[in-house]
Amino acid sequence: MLFVMGDIYSIIFYIFTFLSVYVQIFFLMTFLEKRRHIVHNPKNLELFRYPTVTIAVPCYNEKDTIERTVNSLLSLDYPKDKMTIFLIDDGSKDNTWEIIQRFDNGKNVRAFHKENGGKHTALNLALKKNTSEFFGCLDADSFVHDQALKRILKYFETDPKTMAVAPSIVVYNPKNIIQSAQKVEYDMAIYTKKMLGFMGGIHVTPGPFSIFRRKVFDDLGPYHKAHNTEDQEIALRMQENGYKIDHCPDAFVYTNTPNSVMKLYRQRLRWIYGFIKNLIDYRRLLFKKKYGSVAIFTLPSGIISVLGVILLSTTVVINIVKFISVKIVQVQTIGFSSLFHFGYKFEWFFVNTKAVLFLSVILYILVITSVLIGRKMSEGKVSFSISILYFIIIYSVIAPFWMLRAIYNAIFSKESSWTFERRVTNN
Amino acid sequence: MHQHEPNDWKKYVIVLFITSSIFITGLWFSNYFNNKKIDQLKSIEDKISMDLMSSETQFSLLQELSCKDVSTTVLSSELNSLADKITFSETNIGNDDTNVVSLKKYYSLLEIKDYLLMKKITERCGEKSIFILYFYKNDKCEDCTKQGYVLTSLREKYPNLRVYSFDYNLDLSSLRAMTSIYKVPDNLPAIVINGKVYSGLQTVEDIEKTFPELESIKKPEDVTTTKKTTTSTKSKTVAPAVSPAKTN
Repeated sequence: MLFVMGDIYSIIFYIFTFLSVYVQIFFLMTFLEKRRHIVHNPKNLELFRYPTVTIAVPCYNEKDTIERTVNSLLSLDYPKDKMTIFLIDDGSKDNTWEIIQRFDNGKNVRAFHKENGGKHTALNLALKKNTSEFFGCLDADSFVHDQALKRILKYFETDPKTMAVAPSIVVYNPKNIIQSAQKVEYDMAIYTKKMLGFMGGIHVTPGPFSIFRRKVFDDLGPYHKAHNTEDQEIALRMQENGYKIDHCPDAFVYTNTPNSVMKLYRQRLRWIYGFIKNLIDYRRLLFKKKYGSVAIFTLPSGIISVLGVILLSTTVVINIVKFISVKIVQVQTIGFSSLFHFGYKFEWFFVNTKAVLFLSVILYILVITSVLIGRKMSEGKVSFSISILYFIIIYSVIAPFWMLRAIYNAIFSKESSWTFERRVTNN
Repeated sequence: MHQHEPNDWKKYVIVLFITSSIFITGLWFSNYFNNKKIDQLKSIEDKISMDLMSSETQFSLLQELSCKDVSTTVLSSELNSLADKITFSETNIGNDDTNVVSLKKYYSLLEIKDYLLMKKITERCGEKSIFILYFYKNDKCEDCTKQGYVLTSLREKYPNLRVYSFDYNLDLSSLRAMTSIYKVPDNLPAIVINGKVYSGLQTVEDIEKTFPELESIKKPEDVTTTKKTTTSTKSKTVAPAVSPAKTN
């Protein structure tokens, strides 16, 4: 019986490794095919026409970061008379409201206060008041590069079919290992997001600075609560209706990331929980070819990555437990001297030559390649750093916890209510 | 409703082809290295077999020779390192792999031959040696694992102790013969020490208590001058039971 279980386990392991390699090769192939189409905007980029844009900044207890966020918007290289900024206090308990009122000039910067209702309600208030052709949101823990808006709008100008454009999110000033690891992940995301953009398969228009044509909301309606991941839901709704979403790799948004394992865990729990719940809500899209890449590629590969990470780490945990239990039995049987014995001598014969090892090495090489391409796209150079190692180690250890918990919560419909108490708008 | 870009099915197929090629290459590499390992095992076994035969031949000539001229350099150290490699291959290549199984059979056979030869040599030359035959099984036998640790530890403590381990379930006629001669029960682990069967887990203390003569083979100069697995009888002073009619 154990033998059969072991066999099934290794077959599943092979299938997941295969699928993960498949996804990475698919990205790589898209990159090789389309790399010449990655636009590098000139420094003095000009648009033919400067359309009106509204940027909404929903805030909930953001007294520490909101000023910098608003100042970055005010410094955007864009005609002031064409840009409106809505600062919406979603019932903050700190003095966010007082701070944002100072920015209200009665013209292009307006501050609003409302009862706490969640980020989507704050955004919907802004949508109601919006009269501009384009609408975007900026989370209050992020700030933008001064060229970001023009670069994004260039995409709309170039392709009238483009209905939303996502920016490249960069980790701002990583101070510790946790943040450095996230920086690597975000770098990789710049690459994968652009590839998904080429394929028409983007499934998230991130809270920090995704810009939409107003028509999107006029046609499809306002934001939904969507399990506290309204930025995923609106993208899926757009995909369902065939609205094109692109990605602008050099429209940089700098974001503050969780600086502790616990905060990262909470953020990711919400993201993955949201992903699973939105996936369930939009399951009708899955594998239907009329919905394009998002249905055939993006959503399935999301499922693969959630299950794959769990499977991979289960294997690691099982091996660690096995090793420890062997050591315990050895100590019990022959005493502590056994602790210093590691069995085999160092000979090539004892190097693991299982196929799964080769394949895992290939997978890791592909992942590291993705990170490096992402870095090239964001920083203009390929740089290999120790943080790639932090990323692989930290995420292999912690990611399964949030993924398992998210699956558990999704099955038992446990909405992460703390999100509301803590912070509605951010991350 | 707007239209999605049509799916690029050709690309899906090409990527599938590339991924499959990578997988096949991975499997091929694994297979290639595993075969190399099997070859290495085979050559080690052949060497041991030849050394054994040479020892046997020497032993046959023993009537006319002095005990100290019998070369027994082959034996335990190489057999032990071979045992490690076979154990590793069982997990790394697979314990149902036909090559691994046949190598294991060959190994067991070599062990039996070594055991018989060494027994004869010790009797003939009056050496103090203790032989342990250890029977285990791979599945569902926690005590077998523990017994393995006990014996490894004993072997390190008493370098001249000779331990021969046998997979009880291995389909090998000479092994069957041995289990029936010593009446080894299927209640494993079981060890046979100097012809007597002990079933169930025997701790280091149990064995030391039952066989105080182990002390006599614990030679400090051996421990310091030879490596832990070196149990070659050559390092011992062989009592000249036969008249020293030196021929060389």
